[in-house]
Amino acid sequence: MVLSGDSDLLEIVVLSLRVSLTATAIACFIGLIVGALVAISRFRGRNALLILMNALMGLPPVVVGLLVYLHLSRSGPLGFLGLLYTPTAMILAQTILITPIIAALSRQILEDLHAEYAEQFRSLCLTRMQTIEALLWDARYSLLTVGLAGFGRAVAEVGAVIIVGGNIDHLTRVMTTAIALETSKGDLALALALGIILLVIALGVNAAVQSVRMTAARQAYV
Amino acid sequence: MSDTALTLSAFLSRPAKTTSILPLSVRDLVLNFGETTVLRGLDLDLGPTGCTMVMGQNGSGKSLFLKLLHGLMQPTSGQIRWGENPAEKVTARQALVFQKPVLLRRSVAANIDFALKARGKERTRRDGILDHVGLLDKAGQPARLLSGGEAQRLALARALATDPEVLFLDEPTASLDPASVLMIERIVGDARARGVRIIFITHDIGQARRMADDVVFMHGGRIIEHSPASEFFPDPKSDVARDYLNGKLVV
Repeated sequence: MVLSGDSDLLEIVVLSLRVSLTATAIACFIGLIVGALVAISRFRGRNALLILMNALMGLPPVVVGLLVYLHLSRSGPLGFLGLLYTPTAMILAQTILITPIIAALSRQILEDLHAEYAEQFRSLCLTRMQTIEALLWDARYSLLTVGLAGFGRAVAEVGAVIIVGGNIDHLTRVMTTAIALETSKGDLALALALGIILLVIALGVNAAVQSVRMTAARQAYV
Repeated sequence: MSDTALTLSAFLSRPAKTTSILPLSVRDLVLNFGETTVLRGLDLDLGPTGCTMVMGQNGSGKSLFLKLLHGLMQPTSGQIRWGENPAEKVTARQALVFQKPVLLRRSVAANIDFALKARGKERTRRDGILDHVGLLDKAGQPARLLSGGEAQRLALARALATDPEVLFLDEPTASLDPASVLMIERIVGDARARGVRIIFITHDIGQARRMADDVVFMHGGRIIEHSPASEFFPDPKSDVARDYLNGKLVV
C-alpha cells in the first residue's frame, strides 16, 4: 500500500504535512519572538511567566481542541468565520498547542547565549531588535531542534485535530486521525501503513536536522 | 599581514569631529555589591592621549572599574565624566576587548561585519581591518575555530572597526604566546599613535613597561597610585606597588 502510492494514502499524508508544517512555521514565528523577548528582558513577574510558559508545554491536546472548538463553533465568538471542520481549524489548534513549546525551549537556549554575549552587545550599544536578531541567527542550529520538537508534537497529535477537524474523509483526515479510525474499524493494513509513514517522516526529519547540526558543530557554530 | 597595512589610518576613518569625550574625570566612585564594598572612593583624572596601564593583583577591582568607565555598570555613588558626559552616554564612542574574546558563531568576516553594521559603518572597510590584524586569509573561516591569539586579534579588530575614541583592554594578552602578545601590542600601539586613548589592564609587568605612558595601581578596591610610567617602575610611591612589582605581593 505504501509502495504502490495509494491516492487516498497520499492525500492523507500530504494534508498531515501541510497542516503540521504550517502550524510549526506559525508557532516558530510567534514562539521564537516571545522566547527571545523573555530571554533578554528582566521585569517584575518574569519568574511567574517562566512557570506559565513551561506549564503550557504540557497543554493537553483535547483541552486545546475543545477550546478552539468552542471558539469556532457556530455559537462561538469566531463562529462567523466558518472555520470549524477545516484544515485551518486544525492548523490553529496545532499552533496553539506547540507555540508554548517553541517559546519555552527557545527562551532557555537564547538566554544561555545571551549570558555569553550580553556584555559584548552592551559594549556595542545594540538595540533590543539588533540583539534579538543576532541571538536568533547565532542560535539557529540549536533552534532547529526546537522547531523539530514542535513539528514532532504537531504531526503526532490526534486529540485536538479530531475535535476541530472532525476527521472528514478527503477534507480533514490526517495520519493520526486516520490511524485511530482505521484501527477502530479493524482495517489494520491502512493504519499500519500510515504508522510506518509517520515513523519514517519522524526519522527522516530527525536525521536531516541532526546532520545539519553536526555540520554546524564541526564549524563551532553550535 | 601586508606591509601596506601597517597603519590603521589607511582604512579606518578618524573619529568624527565632534566634541571630544576626553579628558576623563572620576570623583569619589563607590561600587557596592549588597553589603560588600568592592570599589572605595576612586578619584582619577586622565588626559586626552596616551596609554594608561591599570595594574594590581586579582580582585583589586580593575575589571569592575573598567566596566564602570565604559558605562556597562552603574556605580553606587560618585561621578564619572567623559568630557561633559556621564559614562553611559558615551559607550558607543568607546570599545572594550575582554580577556576571553566573545566571538559570534559566524565567520571571521561576519564578526567584523556585525560590528560595522551595529555602528552604521561601511562594510567595505572590513578587508583592510582584517589585513591589518593578519586575518584576511582567514576571513571565511569560522571565528570560533581560530587559535587564542587569532581570536584575540579578531576581537581587537572588531573593536577598532567601530572607530572608538577610547579603547579599553581587559588583560587581552593573558594566556597568549609571546609572538601573539607582540602582535596585539603592535596593533594597540598603532591605534594609540592614531589618537585612540588606550586604557589597558595587565598583569604583565614587561608589557606595562613597554606600553605605558602612565600607570594606575589598584589594591583592595582603591587606587593606591597614579604615576607616569617613568616614575612608577623605577620608584613606586607605595609599598604595596613596590611589593607587586617585586613579586612579593601575595593574597
